[in-house]
Amino acid sequence: MTVSKRLVLHFPRKLVDQPILCRLARDYNIDFNILKASVTPNEEGVLVVELSGEESNYNKGNEYLAQTGVAIQPLSKDVVRDEEKCIHCGSCVVLCTGGALSVERPTMKVNFDHTKCIACEICVRSCPSRAMEIRF
Amino acid sequence: MPKTIAEINENIRKGKAVVVTAEEVIGIVEKKGVEKAAKEVDVVTTGTFGPMCSSGAFLNLGHTAPRMKIGGGKATLNDVPVYTGIAAVDVYLGATAMPDDDPRNKNYPGSFDYGGGHVIEDLVAGKDIKLVATTYGTDCYPRKKIETLINLKDINEATLFNPRNAYQNYNIAVNLSDKTIYTYMGVLKRNLGNVNYSTSGQLSPLFNDPYYLTIGVGTKIFLGGGIGYVSWYGTQHNPSALRSDNGVPRRGAGTLAVIGDLKQMKPEWLVGTSMVGYGSTLTVGIGIPIPVLSEEILSYTAVKDEDIFAPIIDYSEVYPQRKPDILGEVSYAELKSGKIEVMGKEVPTASLSSYYKATQIANTLKEWINKGDFQLTEAVASLPGTEDGVNLKPLNDRPIE
Repeated sequence: MTVSKRLVLHFPRKLVDQPILCRLARDYNIDFNILKASVTPNEEGVLVVELSGEESNYNKGNEYLAQTGVAIQPLSKDVVRDEEKCIHCGSCVVLCTGGALSVERPTMKVNFDHTKCIACEICVRSCPSRAMEIRF
Repeated sequence: MPKTIAEINENIRKGKAVVVTAEEVIGIVEKKGVEKAAKEVDVVTTGTFGPMCSSGAFLNLGHTAPRMKIGGGKATLNDVPVYTGIAAVDVYLGATAMPDDDPRNKNYPGSFDYGGGHVIEDLVAGKDIKLVATTYGTDCYPRKKIETLINLKDINEATLFNPRNAYQNYNIAVNLSDKTIYTYMGVLKRNLGNVNYSTSGQLSPLFNDPYYLTIGVGTKIFLGGGIGYVSWYGTQHNPSALRSDNGVPRRGAGTLAVIGDLKQMKPEWLVGTSMVGYGSTLTVGIGIPIPVLSEEILSYTAVKDEDIFAPIIDYSEVYPQRKPDILGEVSYAELKSGKIEVMGKEVPTASLSSYYKATQIANTLKEWINKGDFQLTEAVASLPGTEDGVNLKPLNDRPIE
């Protein structure tokens, strides 16, 4: 049976320079599709990927990922914006890892593109008016 | 030219006043020149919507039977402590107060989800608020305890009185350290990860009247979605701050104390906000009309973001240690572009003050004036100006003998 899941992978700083996804594909025969990547040298990295493969391979691959120290989070959470609560200040924009929150110029209105959101949740606590909410 | 406020009010009454926002006036002056624009335009409306910690409300709760002297006792509204050191049933609800059991920064960075600013928003939204108070008994005020619900519509007075709002310019915050810091200027990522600023620039009230020629004690304003007044100069008012040739301060300068009846305000314009790792506060909407009494006043209102500068300050070391160093100055036009260069690095910018909402405030005030619902007032006293020798003083420790 083939399994296909969308995951958010958080890479600690020490792992950023290692070819982890490459090994995953080569050693466990797992296909990966990178939906979103934010990896810079000497920084933590976040990858949103769709992994698919035969079930036993998929499970072994997942174990390998966990062993390396990569934090795995299913992309089953959804971040939504309460339009009434948003005060359009823009403080979230520089924190958004997926580029989902952006400022429209010249009105300076803050837009939220849900399709770009990787559910990292950084905006949730940092939003002064608590307009960003997690839905499960 | 020159006009008087009485003449402008006459035009407002007749529905003939020409009212434009501080954004619109820029284009008008560019197209027609100051002389012509000053003849045509009667009022320029401004706006700002940002977190303003020095905010709060005086509430008169009404007297219970038997009577209770909450004054001098202890009281909370939705578990948020209020100041009771005044008369029997008057309290002051401050924007940054928080419940005694809020963990603060014990779980760093603290979340500060609900504080005085949120109680003010809930009051204005018409929600019931839990009042709990304890005190000592007296012959005339025997009752010692109360737990009840109150509602804004049932209490006597609710007066928003903010000792310091509408700062004329503000620091631009960055973080030079190697860890994320949580400040009143928002989350600042390490190693110059982001730049945060907080004014509405060319729309901001005091940038449009840099020498306080029209804004003074008694000026009628848009406050929290209703009507308010400038009641005094704000705390830390510092007219002596460094200024550009156009008169606009390049540092934090003037401030306003404002007052108004909370019962006619709107929760959309008084929003309880939480700064992660710092505390809770109130985001306040203020709009001030500037009567075009002279060409000079009009020319000040035409100030553009590119002509307004603010200092870049490191909030990991320089600000907390009250050191004087700045990392440079940039204009609000650069800040609003989304990125600026600091120490040779291109850094993304974010605002805590909402320009988008500030525009709505300036437009709302314009609409009120156009409909004849809002007339201008003459200031009854001036704010301290550049010649008055008012400076911002630090607090230097002195040993207690």
